[in-house]
Amino acid sequence: MANHDVGIRRDSLIIKACVYAFLIAGAATMAVPYVWMFVTSIKPLAEIQAFPPSFIVKNPTLEPYKDLFRMVPMMRYMFNSLFVAGSITLFNVFATSLAGYAFAKHKFWGRDKIFFIFIASLMIPWQVNIIPGFIIVKNLGWLNTYRGLIIPSMAWCAFGIFLNRQFIYSIPDDLIDAARIDGCSEFRIYAQIILPLIKPVLATLAIFTFLQQWNNFVWPLVIIHTSSMRTLPLGLAVLTGQFGANYAMVMAGAVVATMPMLVVYLLFQKYIIKGIAMTELKG
Amino acid sequence: MEDGSFLEKLNRQKVSYLFIALPFSLFFIFQLIPLFASFFLSFTQYDVVHSPKFVGLENYRNILFNDPLFWKAIGNTVIYVIGVVPVGICISLILAVAIDQRIKFKNFFKSIFFLPTVTAIIAVSVIWKWLYAGGKYGLLNYFIIKLGGQPIDWLASPEWTLPSIMIMSIWAGLGYNMILFLTGLQTIPRAMYEAAEIDGAGFWCKFFHVTLPLLKPTIIFVSMMSFIFSFQVFEQVYIMTGEQGGIGGVLNSGLTIVAYLYDQGFQKFHMGYASALAYMVAFCVFLITMVNKAITKESRVDY
Repeated sequence: MANHDVGIRRDSLIIKACVYAFLIAGAATMAVPYVWMFVTSIKPLAEIQAFPPSFIVKNPTLEPYKDLFRMVPMMRYMFNSLFVAGSITLFNVFATSLAGYAFAKHKFWGRDKIFFIFIASLMIPWQVNIIPGFIIVKNLGWLNTYRGLIIPSMAWCAFGIFLNRQFIYSIPDDLIDAARIDGCSEFRIYAQIILPLIKPVLATLAIFTFLQQWNNFVWPLVIIHTSSMRTLPLGLAVLTGQFGANYAMVMAGAVVATMPMLVVYLLFQKYIIKGIAMTELKG
Repeated sequence: MEDGSFLEKLNRQKVSYLFIALPFSLFFIFQLIPLFASFFLSFTQYDVVHSPKFVGLENYRNILFNDPLFWKAIGNTVIYVIGVVPVGICISLILAVAIDQRIKFKNFFKSIFFLPTVTAIIAVSVIWKWLYAGGKYGLLNYFIIKLGGQPIDWLASPEWTLPSIMIMSIWAGLGYNMILFLTGLQTIPRAMYEAAEIDGAGFWCKFFHVTLPLLKPTIIFVSMMSFIFSFQVFEQVYIMTGEQGGIGGVLNSGLTIVAYLYDQGFQKFHMGYASALAYMVAFCVFLITMVNKAITKESRVDY
């Protein structure tokens, strides 16, 4: 019996060693591209072309960053991304929770049918919408504008409505009825009873939406055609196309484009991971 | 009394419609109308400048029978999906199980694998393009030379363009799938493992006889999600194979179906043709979903 125990313990030690080895190797594979990006972005030209390539920078320089900010309006790209992703997120959080409340707790004609249409739309791939979407935006005269970037993206709200409905549905009716008897308006019920209760869901939805919109590429690519209106991903893509050979500068651009989201991620890790787990509800 | 309650009801209904009005009208204009509009457009020839010309099934017929590039793109996409999905799922499943063990630095490992998920895929592609850079200057080639191999031409050679994109996509998708698997692992009751341990089950025995069967629903779900995501791959292709005015790389070796759609719709402005392509993509996504539904139903029998 004792022998058997020792056997299991030895086995589990070996397993544990394998687990650590595997995870450390994996973590290194994950980290190398990021480290390489950063190292390249502070290398002078001579060291970039040196062989063998090295992770140690002998003469670190900020020249690539200076070039970058001189050649392209990086701060403008960052503002555009922030403004666009921020507005869509604000709208999404507000509008989908309000609609989610109506779908969860109100009875009205056509409710279930409308809700079903929202949910069914989750299955439609964006490629189907993008061509008519472009034509509509063009006819509205919204090409190359903030309106064009923001308003059509607000329409991707089905998932938020679904998520909010699920959570609001589980709030007891008594709470809402009591407020109604006291003469609360529906909007006050939403603002003062529902909203505080679904804060965690909204936080998750907000960060998730922001992340998605911040990284959105295809829509800006299709409707934006002047430099000053580009978002960060689009700006970075164009930068790569134009100055592809200037690796240090392109990597500096990648650092600038990646950094804000990494900071947000480190601050809100818990919510982001929860948000990803929530996408499972979609299935 | 009757009247009052009716009015009250109407009033409350009015409020409900008001609450859903804003998201629904946007949804209607930018999602529902486009859905039907692109269906209509797919039967026309339309270049944005002239008004659409009805051509019946011509677009679909051309796509299926007269367009070698479409079949090239479909072939590439299928290779991409078949390469990326199973490999990505296996690695991320092993990662999730490894992180789920009683280990130190759990959160550190979780965070680092998750990094690419919060990095714009455009930035990821730009970084990897540099890793793949030609000759011996590229970091990856340097590693290969050091390990005694021959440097690879990665994005400059038709054989390696697609695999290059695939390797990067697997790398970038690991963390996302891993989190979904970790969530699934948390739903497996500890008691199951304890019972298996009492019966003397070792690590592998527990993995194959407890973890895998109980994780089946999550595995099916994650597979479907990655099938659908991978089928629509675009950004990676755009960055890694796109040069001024073209997309697809050497001999279109990296052209995928959505990249082809983008090229037709927004570079050549064949909007009718591109709409037909979009409906082809939608049809494939629909098929994947249906197959998944069937598998899910079948797997439910196990419980």
